[in-house]
Amino acid sequence: MRTRPNYIAGAAVTVWLLIVALPLYVMVAASVQSRTEFSANGPLSVPTSLTFENFLLVFDSGFGKYFLNTFLVTAGVVGIVLLVVPPLSYAIVRSQSRGTTLIFRFFLLGLAIPVQAVIVPMFYLINSVGLYDTLLGIILPTAAFALPICTLILSGTMRDITPELYEAMSVDGASTARTFLRLVLPLSKGGLSTIAVFAALQGWNGFLLPLILTQSESTKVITLGLFNFQTQYGINVPGILAAVMLSMVPVLLVYLFARRALVQGLMGVGGK
Amino acid sequence: MTTLLPPRPPAAPDNPAKGRPVRAGRARLNRPGLAWTLPATIFFLLFAVVPLIAVVVLSFMTWTGLGDPKFVGLENWQTLAGDSVMLKSLWLSVLFIVLGVATQTPVSILLGVWASGPQRNRAVLSAIFFLPLLLSSAAISVLWRALLDPNFGVPAQLKWLFGDGNLFGHQSTAIGVIIFVGMWQFTPFHTLIYQGAAKSVPPVLYQAAEIDGAGRARQFFSITLPQLRNSIITSVILMVVGGLTTFETVLILTNGGPGTDTTITAFYMYEEAFRRYNFGMGSAIALVLVIVATAISLIMVKASGYDKMRSTMEGL
Repeated sequence: MRTRPNYIAGAAVTVWLLIVALPLYVMVAASVQSRTEFSANGPLSVPTSLTFENFLLVFDSGFGKYFLNTFLVTAGVVGIVLLVVPPLSYAIVRSQSRGTTLIFRFFLLGLAIPVQAVIVPMFYLINSVGLYDTLLGIILPTAAFALPICTLILSGTMRDITPELYEAMSVDGASTARTFLRLVLPLSKGGLSTIAVFAALQGWNGFLLPLILTQSESTKVITLGLFNFQTQYGINVPGILAAVMLSMVPVLLVYLFARRALVQGLMGVGGK
Repeated sequence: MTTLLPPRPPAAPDNPAKGRPVRAGRARLNRPGLAWTLPATIFFLLFAVVPLIAVVVLSFMTWTGLGDPKFVGLENWQTLAGDSVMLKSLWLSVLFIVLGVATQTPVSILLGVWASGPQRNRAVLSAIFFLPLLLSSAAISVLWRALLDPNFGVPAQLKWLFGDGNLFGHQSTAIGVIIFVGMWQFTPFHTLIYQGAAKSVPPVLYQAAEIDGAGRARQFFSITLPQLRNSIITSVILMVVGGLTTFETVLILTNGGPGTDTTITAFYMYEEAFRRYNFGMGSAIALVLVIVATAISLIMVKASGYDKMRSTMEGL
């Protein structure tokens, strides 16, 4: 069955391939061209010589520091999520108290709160606790807004652990903490890596919170750096494209080496 | 990417009252108590719920960022009701959402169904289609701003296609750019949703249709589309809420301009609060956003019967 080639789909796929690949090609091609060559030949041309001056300019304008800051923010967000979500999900799945059911409902409602909605009070809150213009000030709200989806994903994974395994643990006289560490965590590796990637993407790609909660060079993250670079060097297209390309590299590495985890992390609950 | 889904009914916790009896005493030993939920709950209360309550309070106050906020009653709301930019921004938000859904849905259904098929080149092409997802919204906006630069970008090279090349200078083309960039960015995500759903359509349905002599188009409209129903609802809700909260794209690509011609509500809120330091007004606009986003999601969930989770497996 279904052996005839599907021409409509074929045509649509080809058009879409051009739409996706052409800008990415221009990005890569432009980033290795000098500004003069780029201006002379236009963005759609094939580079004739290779230069790394654009990447040098990017690093000269502070991107090394921005990369470090973004790594710290990402690590912080992932750390907090991995610290607080597993115990919560474990309680949601295993506790029988009405309290935990309520808390789960509460987190589900939390899914509906967009970050945009709370930036004004967040600015006030972060200011008044003295965390304005600090990386911690970005990390805390970013992690908080990742919690609902991470909780939903991880409790979904933990539900797949069969009751028999819990029974076996309790027959052996294991405490809740021991059951959590020896049974629940090892069997939830898939869910844990999904939420880690999801949290990492929130930290790595975050823009709005850093925009309103930081202002100085020393706390700048990559997304803000790109925005500033564009306002500052607006006419240096190869430089801008080199910066965009560099910002993509770490995520690309995760994509190459942990594709499944990345796809699931990107999808969040949309994938279910 | 902030993903948002309507709250699903929580799956029933494995309840020993329903399943087989669990030996009393033993079982109670390893059930975690409420204490396990506290760190996450307190953290979430502090950084998400408290600010959400504060946004309601602040919408009745005036605050310039210095000193303490002052209570002004309904003043912000009255100003907002008579504010032509606010009304325009709401209208623009609706336009952005409609155009976004109208462009992304057909393409991502088509690509998703294609990607779930058996073609040999599928894996390679899917991997290329996936690439925009590796870039942040900010990076994508900066990329397209540079690519479409009137003097140094593609429009300068292809004058026959782009005319004067200043796509950001007219309302219609500026909106077109934002919609197109949104499509470039989010189509891969929605394609993945449809790909997963199209894969799980039982092959027996197509076999039966084949026997009945249904052609490919007929199979697509009578089997594939109805089977994708729940995914279409999920995907459209995500697009609507995503469209409503679009911010980076507008800030970086058009800065709300020309004039206020692409100032959608989310961007207007940022401008009021963080450029004009009317934090009270900003909060009121934010509250409008939350109410509209929640209302749209609820209406769509109710209207589509999604909350009842009607199974696409009915009749099998």
